[in-house]
Order: sequence, then C-alpha cells, then structure tokens
Amino acid sequence: MENAATVVASSDAVAKRLKKRYAAERRFKALGFGAIALALGFLAILLVTILSNGLTAFVQTHVRLDVTFDAETLGVDPVKPSSDALASANYGGVIKNALGKAFPDVSGGQRRQLYKLVSTGADLPLRDMLMANPGLLGTTTSVWLTAGADVDMAMKGHVGREPGVEGNRLTDAQLGWLADLEKRGAVSKKFNTTLFTTGDSREPEQAGLWGAVVGSFFSLSITLLVCFPLGVATSVYLEEFAPKNKWTDLIEVNINNLAAVPSVVFGLLGLAIFLNFFGMPRSAPLVGGLVLALISLPTIIIAGRAAMKAVPPSIREAALGLGASKLQMVTDHVLPLSMPGILTGTILGMAHALGETAPLLMIGMVAFIVDIPASPMDPSAVLPVQVYLWADSPERAFVERTSAAIMVLLFFLAMMNLAAIMLRKKFERRW
Amino acid sequence: MKKSLAVAAVALATVSFAGAAQARDQIRVVGSSTVYPFTTAVAEQFGKAGKFKTPVVESTGTGGGFKLFCAGVGPDHPDLTNASRAIKKSEVEACGKNGVAEIVEMKVGYDGIVLASSKKAKHIDLTRPQMFLALAKEVPVNGKLVENPYTTWNQIDPKLPNQKIEVLGPPPTSGTRDAFIELVMEHAAESFPELKELKKTDEKAFKKAFSSLREDGAFVEAGENDNLIVQKLDANPAAFGIFGYSYLDQNGDKLQGAMVDGVAPTFDAIASSKYPVSRPLFVYVKKAHVGQIPGIKEYLAEYTSEKAWGKTGYLADKGLIPMPDSERKEQAAKVNALEALKM
Repeated sequence: MENAATVVASSDAVAKRLKKRYAAERRFKALGFGAIALALGFLAILLVTILSNGLTAFVQTHVRLDVTFDAETLGVDPVKPSSDALASANYGGVIKNALGKAFPDVSGGQRRQLYKLVSTGADLPLRDMLMANPGLLGTTTSVWLTAGADVDMAMKGHVGREPGVEGNRLTDAQLGWLADLEKRGAVSKKFNTTLFTTGDSREPEQAGLWGAVVGSFFSLSITLLVCFPLGVATSVYLEEFAPKNKWTDLIEVNINNLAAVPSVVFGLLGLAIFLNFFGMPRSAPLVGGLVLALISLPTIIIAGRAAMKAVPPSIREAALGLGASKLQMVTDHVLPLSMPGILTGTILGMAHALGETAPLLMIGMVAFIVDIPASPMDPSAVLPVQVYLWADSPERAFVERTSAAIMVLLFFLAMMNLAAIMLRKKFERRW
Repeated sequence: MKKSLAVAAVALATVSFAGAAQARDQIRVVGSSTVYPFTTAVAEQFGKAGKFKTPVVESTGTGGGFKLFCAGVGPDHPDLTNASRAIKKSEVEACGKNGVAEIVEMKVGYDGIVLASSKKAKHIDLTRPQMFLALAKEVPVNGKLVENPYTTWNQIDPKLPNQKIEVLGPPPTSGTRDAFIELVMEHAAESFPELKELKKTDEKAFKKAFSSLREDGAFVEAGENDNLIVQKLDANPAAFGIFGYSYLDQNGDKLQGAMVDGVAPTFDAIASSKYPVSRPLFVYVKKAHVGQIPGIKEYLAEYTSEKAWGKTGYLADKGLIPMPDSERKEQAAKVNALEALKM
C-alpha cells in the first residue's frame, strides 16, 4: 500500500515536472518564433518601403512631340551636312521649336517655363537619330522625348497636380500644358532605360546606374583576383603546414581580430599605402578593389580554414600513407574537398565588399563621376556610393531613384548569396 | 614561390608607377557638400560640351576639402575645392607650406539657411533672439546665464504657439551648422546685454555661450543627410528643421519656411539679402594647375557664364541664390583673369 502511494505520489511529481518541462519548451519555441517573426517583419517593412518608393523609378514619363529637323535651326548645311556638324548641331533649338509648335499661343517669358516640360538631356537621342539616318534632315517626325524630372514626379503622383497650390514645383501654366498634352495622348510612361545605360547626372531623369555597376564590377574583380589566391594560400599554410606554436596562435588571433575591424580603418590604410606611398590614382576601382580585398581577406581565411578543418584526418592519412607528398595531399585531396566551403566564404566576403562605402570615402570614390569607366584605372563610383550620393541630393526625383538603386544593389547581393547556397548544396559532402 | 612573388612585385610597381606618371586629363574637385550640387551641375554641362572630360567632384566637406587641396601641387592633388565658408588664414598658410602659393577665390553665389516645418503646422514668425532663446544651451535670465529653461515656444513669447520646442539640425561637422551659429546665434547673442557684457570681459566664454546648442532633447542632431530631416518634418508637424534653402525649394509642397526677423525665406528675399540668414559659397582654384591640367580655364568660364550662375541660369534652378548683377560681373572678371587671393 505504502509502496503504491509513493509510486502514485512520485508519478504525480513526475507528471508535474514533465508539464513544467513541456511548458518551458513551448515558451522557448514561442520566443524563437517571435524573434524570427520580428526579423521578418522588419525585413518586410524595409522591402515594402523600398518597393513603394522605388518601383516607379523603373518607368520614365515621355512626351510625344512633332520634331522638325530643319537645317536652319540645327545650324547645319541643308544639302550635305558633315557628321561633325551633325554631332554638335543645336538639337535643343529643335525641341524648343517643337514645343512652341505644340503650344503656339505661349509667348515671351512663359516660353522658358514651357521648355522645362522636356528634359535638358532630350537632345542626345535626337542627335543619335539624325546621325544614324541623315535622311531625316528637313522632315518632321513624331518622337517620344524624356520629360523633365518635375513633370515626371507630377505624372507619377509623387507631387500634387492641383493647380493653385502654393509650393508646387510646376507652375499652374505648366500643369495646364501637361493636362493638355495628356488629353492629346502625348504623355506616356515608358521603361526607364536611362537608369541602366548611363552614368551619374545631376538631372534625375538623366541619371543612371551603369557607371556604378561597371565600377563595382571592376572593384570586385580586383578584390577577387587579390584575395582569393592570397586567402586560400594563407589558410592552406596555416591549416596544413604551419607548426602549432605561439607565433601561429598570435597570427590566428590577429586574423580573427582583423575580421572585426571597422571598415573605415581599412580605408585609411588604403589612403596611406596605395595612394600616398605607391601613388596610385584617386577614385580608381583598382585602389577600391585592393582596399576591399583587405577587408574580405580575413573572412575568406577564416572560412577556408574552417572548411579544411572539416575534411576528416583519415583522408590526409590515407594520402600520406600511399606515398603522396604533403603538397600532393593538399592539392589532390584537401583543397578539392574543402573548395565548396572556401567558395561559399569567398562569395560571402565579396557580397560584404559589394556593400561597403565607408572605406571608399577615404580613397575618393564617393564622388560625382559621369563618364563610364573604361578600365580599373579610371575614376568611378560603386553601387552603394551611388545610393549614398542620391540619398543626399535635394531633387525630389532622386528619392525614388535612390530606392531603385537600392533594389539593384539588393538584387546583386541576393544573386551572390544564392550562388553561395547553391554551391554549398551541390558540392557539399558530409562524413 | 619566389619567382611568382617577384612577378607580383614587378606588376604592382608598374601599376603604381604608371598611375603616378600618368598626367591627369580630367579636372578634380573636392570639398563642401553644400556647394557639391552646383559644382557638379556645372561639371556635367562642361562635360556635355564634349571638348573635355567631365570633372570628378568629391564631396569631402569644406575642411576636408582644404586639407586635400593644400596638400601640394601636381597631378596627384585636386585642382579646385568647394567651400561653404571663406578660406581661413591658417589654411592659406598650410597651403603655402606645401607649395600651393597662388589661390584664386571664386564666390559662386549665396545659400540661405532656413528653419522649416511641415505645412500641416501653423506658420511661425521668429526673431533671431527668439531662436537663440529656444536653442542655446545657456540663456540669460535676470542677468545671469542659466541652463535653458524653455520647453515650449510660448514661454519665450506669448505670441508664439503653445508647442514643444523641437528642432532638428546638422551636427557640428557640418558647414551649415557653422553658418547657422554665426548668422543666428552669434548675431542674436549680442542683443542680450548680459552676453554683450560677457563679450567685453571674457571673449572665450562668450564664444562658448553662443556656440553651444541645447543637449536636453529640444535640439536634435539629425545627421548630415538633409533629406532625412525633410522626411522627419513631414511625419512630425510639431518639429522644425535647419537646412539649406535648396531642400525647402524642392519640397515646397510639404514644407514651409519660418519667417526670420519678419522676412520669409524666398528666392527673391535671399537674393536681395533681405533674408538675414544667408552665406556666400566659394570655389577655390589652384593657379599652378591652370595650363597643366587641361580645361580649368574653360571650366571656370562655364561656371561664371550667365547661363550657369545668372539670374535665370541652371544653377538657380538647382537652388543657388545668384549674386547681384554687379557682383557677378566683378567676380567673373576677377576669376577669368586668375587674380590670386591676397591675405
């Protein structure tokens, strides 16, 4: 009887304890779920703001005008214009005439306001058109021209279009003309190719990301060229060859430490060594790539060593036992087996480097650069720098373009991280 | 291993020497982020003309710009620097020490500093002493300097709204902050007899009194990004922000500028210098580089042309307040003749 009672009592206690343990587990799970939900919530907010601000930047308002390529306004010979003359002809005047023809009763000082409907950069496509087909000279063609940034903002609903409101960027007259053009079906939004084909500009409707994309490509190529061989060699030496003593411990501590150093410090280092000592050019992707290589090197070394540590010693011993030299063991067995891990680490390090701006400030890459770089020696910006510069611009239309630039940057980052995951999935081996 | 190391060293050396030996064919500008929008606009137009490469313009801040500018002569150093204040004597001396002897000063126009709020808020009309009382860390009360006691605007003047004092402004590293301190705080400080007295007896303490802004939450340092301040003002109608006129100009549908000493911050009021809080903007040119780096003279000619900095020029569209006609003419003549600065 007594025995049974203790059993009952103890099973009661057990049940109670069990309940408590289950409760603790549920709490832990709930907390973990909550943490993930919170993180996802923030991510969603970020993405929604960026998308809602920036999606409109991928289209650009255009205005259709009947453009007459008359030789007199262009200032070229009507019969046989030389290509030099065509290249430097007055296409702005042609656009002004076309606008004047579309609104014949606008005169005097109002003309200047009228001209602002069309972007100041709209003359370049006209030039390309006429250069490609000189037969157009003297004829009238209907052409879609890029609208000015303020018109673009009004069409996209980022600024009000109610006439008579104080503080409007467009005057009431301009809003009237715009409405008129819309009625004629001469206003439309088209895909914004400028954003992906040109360099930076101070006019939002002419600003593009291509210069920054090329700059980022050059910088990251240099980074990869420098830090992949160096990183792999370092991790192979430290993991397979170096004796374990105080010195290698010290080196290890330093490498781990370097991985946590704020990136702006590497910028200062780059300024002191590459610019001041070696006299390399400012603002060049070459220097940017070298500085970024310094930043991602520790990450790659740490990832490489971890990947090599994961290769079982039995494989090394088998290779050595069959008479392979140590170098053969590394190149034939350890490296191929640890390559997925090394590559993953490298891609993550490069993704990190792609997003850096702070160190580039020191070496002059935070700059207004219009020309698309042709080589890693030419001045160039990179994608995150472009985001930074546009975010700081007063023009309203740069707000949406900043978000668009962030989207492009996020796209590249997502691609790189995806590549890292796929590599790991495809080649990873478990023992 | 040894061989590849040697190859790498040679490669690096060639690259670096190629970089150093290569004469620059592109103008390089550094300096103030306030002048950056204007210098870049001119650079773009200049590049579009097609005769020269588009100049590279870095945004380093006024002080950082002078540091780079004064570091020496030669293609490794910038040709021009933007500044939102005049060059200091110490900077001219630093320049001289590094061989940068002749500097040409170009005044490009004016920039107004505005105190703006959301359009949803009531319009407000302030005087500079009122701004001082709202923002200074220590204010004179009954003949003594005490910790700023004001928490709402109507405590300063019953005519002002019953609203918490909340002003977003630039950090101390910013040129806009320096100009605001000089044009509003210093000017206003002299209108209080207690502080005037202090100026006579202890210049240093006076300087500290007008240049220290509140740290109790009524003045918030909002970082260098003025667009961020614009967004915050839009979300919080009770707050005011301090920034350059071009941001007010671009966001006229959301923001309104407070009147200062009875004058609203409009283009015309700043241009005619009726609006009190405006400062000149400058570009400095290294004379030794003219003729060495192609295009500097032509770039200056573009900058000083009427279609750029004139009353209806493209810089006015970007928010630069042009100088009066006579001053423009005088500056253009001086700059195009490359008259060096005398200190």
